[in-house]
Amino acid sequence: MNALTSKLLGGKQGLIGLVILSAIIFIALPLGLDLFRLGLVGKYLTYAFVAVSLVLLWGYGGILSLGQGIFFGLGGYCMAMFLKLEASDPVSTKIQTTPGIPDFMDWNQLTEIPWFWVPFQSLTLTILAVLIVPALFAYIIGYAMFKRRVGGVYFAIITQAIALILTILIVGQQGFTGGVNGITDLKTMLGWDIRDDSSKYILYYVNGLLLIGTILVCRYIITSKFGMLLLAMRDKEERVRFSGYDVSNFKIFIFCVAALISAIGGAMFTLQVGFMSPSFIGIVPSIEMVIFAAVGGRMSLIGAIYGALLVNFGRTMFSETYPELWLFLMGGLFIAVVMFFPNGLAGLYEKYAKKYRLAERMQKIFSSGKPAKADAEATPTKTTGAKA
Amino acid sequence: MFGYSMAEIGNIFVMQGFSGLSLFSVLLLMALGLAIIFGQMGVINMAHGEFMALGAYTTVLFSQLAVAFDLVNYYFVFAIIAAFIVAFVIGYLVEFGLIRHLYKRPLDTLLATWGLSLVMQQIFRSTFGAKEVSAELPAWLLGSFKPTEDIDIPINGVFVMGLAVVVTVGVLLFMFRSNWGLRVRATVQNRVMAGAVGINTKKVDRVTFALGCGIAGVAGAAFTTIASTGPTTGSLYIVDSFMVVVFGGAASVLGTIASAFGIAQAQSILQFFLTSSMGKVATLMTIVVILMMKPEGLFAAKLRK
Amino acid sequence: MSKTSRRNFIKTAGALLGASLVMGLSSGMNSALAADTSTAAVNKTKLAVTDKTVKVGILHSATGTMAISETGSIQAEKLAIAQINAMGGILGRKIEVIQEDGASDWPTFAEKSRKLLVSDKVATVFGCWTSASRKAALPVFEKENGLLFYPTFYEGLEQSKNVFYTGQEATQQILAGLDWIAKEKKAKTYYLIGSDYIWPRTSMKIARKHIEQHLGGTVVGEEYAALGDTQFGSVINKIKLKKPDVIYAAVVGGSNVAWFKQLNAAGLNSKKQTLLTISVTEDEVLGIGGENLEGFYSAMKYFQSLKNPNNEKFVAEFKKMWGPKSVIGDVTQAAYLGPWLWKAAVERAGSFDVDKVAAALPGYELKTAPEGYVKVEKNHHLSSKLRVGKWRADGQADVVYESDLIMPDPFPKGYQ
Repeated sequence: MNALTSKLLGGKQGLIGLVILSAIIFIALPLGLDLFRLGLVGKYLTYAFVAVSLVLLWGYGGILSLGQGIFFGLGGYCMAMFLKLEASDPVSTKIQTTPGIPDFMDWNQLTEIPWFWVPFQSLTLTILAVLIVPALFAYIIGYAMFKRRVGGVYFAIITQAIALILTILIVGQQGFTGGVNGITDLKTMLGWDIRDDSSKYILYYVNGLLLIGTILVCRYIITSKFGMLLLAMRDKEERVRFSGYDVSNFKIFIFCVAALISAIGGAMFTLQVGFMSPSFIGIVPSIEMVIFAAVGGRMSLIGAIYGALLVNFGRTMFSETYPELWLFLMGGLFIAVVMFFPNGLAGLYEKYAKKYRLAERMQKIFSSGKPAKADAEATPTKTTGAKA
Repeated sequence: MFGYSMAEIGNIFVMQGFSGLSLFSVLLLMALGLAIIFGQMGVINMAHGEFMALGAYTTVLFSQLAVAFDLVNYYFVFAIIAAFIVAFVIGYLVEFGLIRHLYKRPLDTLLATWGLSLVMQQIFRSTFGAKEVSAELPAWLLGSFKPTEDIDIPINGVFVMGLAVVVTVGVLLFMFRSNWGLRVRATVQNRVMAGAVGINTKKVDRVTFALGCGIAGVAGAAFTTIASTGPTTGSLYIVDSFMVVVFGGAASVLGTIASAFGIAQAQSILQFFLTSSMGKVATLMTIVVILMMKPEGLFAAKLRK
Repeated sequence: MSKTSRRNFIKTAGALLGASLVMGLSSGMNSALAADTSTAAVNKTKLAVTDKTVKVGILHSATGTMAISETGSIQAEKLAIAQINAMGGILGRKIEVIQEDGASDWPTFAEKSRKLLVSDKVATVFGCWTSASRKAALPVFEKENGLLFYPTFYEGLEQSKNVFYTGQEATQQILAGLDWIAKEKKAKTYYLIGSDYIWPRTSMKIARKHIEQHLGGTVVGEEYAALGDTQFGSVINKIKLKKPDVIYAAVVGGSNVAWFKQLNAAGLNSKKQTLLTISVTEDEVLGIGGENLEGFYSAMKYFQSLKNPNNEKFVAEFKKMWGPKSVIGDVTQAAYLGPWLWKAAVERAGSFDVDKVAAALPGYELKTAPEGYVKVEKNHHLSSKLRVGKWRADGQADVVYESDLIMPDPFPKGYQ
């Protein structure tokens, strides 16, 4: 293995983790679940993007954003705008006063598509917007805050406030945004019906591939020199600053990357679920996404995906059988993860693996002569628990 | 503004000034407890809103008792005291069981207290039901006070304002005139030194946290005069309280007062000239922008981390 | 048998049978007895129908912020289903309920709708409450060809072959009420205030057009408060400055309580101010407190205090099942109609298949509804009356006005 692939795959252990995850996502779940349940998994996996972005941002960067829903939502809205315009062709909207524009615009006396909707008539521009708009927004927020050394709890609260502002704005400007209902009734993408059974499978696999790709990119980032700097910044920011690095630039960069990843999740969410609404942007969803990462282990990219899957499965199961208990469980989960398992599932696995020297056995099996480099993500630094 | 007589504009000016003051006292009551806790130990208590709901539910229970025993005119003062005690005791226990293990990890405290808030919400829902409940208010808290024919000053607003003054003065006296306050201030300034001269800083933390929660309880009791109480009531107030504390600059009671005043007046005036929801957005945005320029808040204590 | 004569026959037979049945809502039952009711005949689309039972779904929020409002609907639907089962069920089959929790979360509604339709194969669903939840679930119902009975009064602008709307659409609720208050109070100036989301905004848009174009009045202010906002001081001052003849309000949820409490505290009680609201039912009054509402008006199609035999029976049965303290609001009553309408439609169609049921229901007249006579129109909405209730301190309303039957018009010309 050359250096780059080894970095991407995260060494032997990382490779095993990735293979197992892929097997679960691409083989076990599609075989074991009916389409309805698989659709749910697909939805959970879009949250996993946000959880992964939080591992990068919070676990490695030490920056807790309580507003990742902003970027998930922006990505989702960009995609939803494109799909809505396509769904609002003059024929299917002929009952409206002005046919050819989205239904909610018609109800709000708009007679033409507002300027910022115009680019979303093109899929290429839409995809560009999904990638650029949230990252740009993150850049503005990040620039303003990190350049002035806002961090820690302040940053968390301000991102939370921005999430609230954005929600109120979207709800308030319903002629342009669909208001509290969101953008609904999305049907086709370039004529391809996204609601068909076959397209649901296709979207599920595309989503899975994107997620695996995201993990590879994140691994590349955290094993690079930049990743080392992130950890150093998280633990001793002043020292890094005194070593001559511009700390704020690194923070802005990682914040933008995290926003980008969340936005991809949001866009995939819209495609799979078929609508987007402000209820994914606000305070509650944003903070719930943090718990996905925390349950999986804030230092583990793969763990974050398991975290998102488990917590959401738990929610669906419980809400079908004991809806009353769900909040207790969710609340308890927050407390327990913070107090007793600060490294989440990945931490537990690590403990278990060490105990039985699993890692060693694995190494022997996959031995290729070169001693495997310890996987950065499966080996949290000593300070992980105490300082984040 | 045109087409109205000077007298009308004058009246509105008075009433608008009052509603600004009334919002100010609401914000102040909400934020004071949070500010004390944040200033003391750098902990943001996400369950702060639920402690307010706790106070409100206590008041509602008292009001139901009062109705049963025909004491509606007198119970309110006792309800406030009870709300304080209940929230204080629960806060004390929470500090003991949860918060003290997390002092070195402020971001984790954020998550843990959020979990706590979910649990408390479900406890409220299981105990009191999902429907919102209201306290039966004594007659002297209803209606309005009319200095002139055209001016109405809501009595519940005056009451909340009075309560805010009492609580604030109480807190200031506690902080600056009592032995406990001395210890609290010493701990804030230099925890290690404070410990070295024999202050039990852990106990100071615990009492401060409980006190902050107790004040939240009082705030909750006061809010029963303005709005109803439901399991998720607390979450309505939480962002507002955070913004007041952060905007005022942590670690400073005076900063919190000034920030509550500024935010309340801005929001009240903006909501008068813009629409209600846009006024709120404009206020929040202004705060966020100012915070970006002046991240330590308006009245930061002169401390370096 | 021609359609009319069959209906007449059903009516007569229904009237004869009525006395012996629990609610007397069984018209059409006997026509089905004659037809082929084997499972193969009544279920050609693989629904969850056996020889003994038929599965239906109830999909409301039992948890989360909307649980407060939706609980009443769940109770009403369960009551209606229990009564239908006590009468022998539908086409000889007992109704089995699969209840799912939407958890006040819109995608969950879509998800659970899919579960009910795809995994459980229910014959129909009674559910959704907020427009947002309905909008989220609607594409699923259309895609999977399910059937939904939706109980809430709502903003209109929608008509789906898969949905029956048992509440009023906006023009039914708004126009007659405004006409009444304009005439009764000689109102010229109006102040519109609502929570900031689609239903109040659309309603206010219709109200404004009606006031300006048909009543010759003026709107002196239009205001929206963020959902959950509890500070109305500035808004109330604006109202005081404008001195409108009528405040027209559509504030919802927790904000509603704060709004009325603060309105009263600011001296704007019913002695000094006329207020007509379209968002307060008996359910809301519980939270707001009757003393804060006394003398204000609500425009609804149903009030618990309605005096007719159907309603008295309904209220008694409801309280028997759900406790003497329970109150019944407009939506709760509309939710109660859902199972009865579905029963009638299935029996008219002689089948559970969604297309046949949906085709059979328009034109059906339900005379035993607690609100009185209603008719299912071709646009899947109900013709119904509008009532204006004046609130009393005890949380009940005196009905002071009752309109003629109003045709539903979800896409009102001239109001868009």
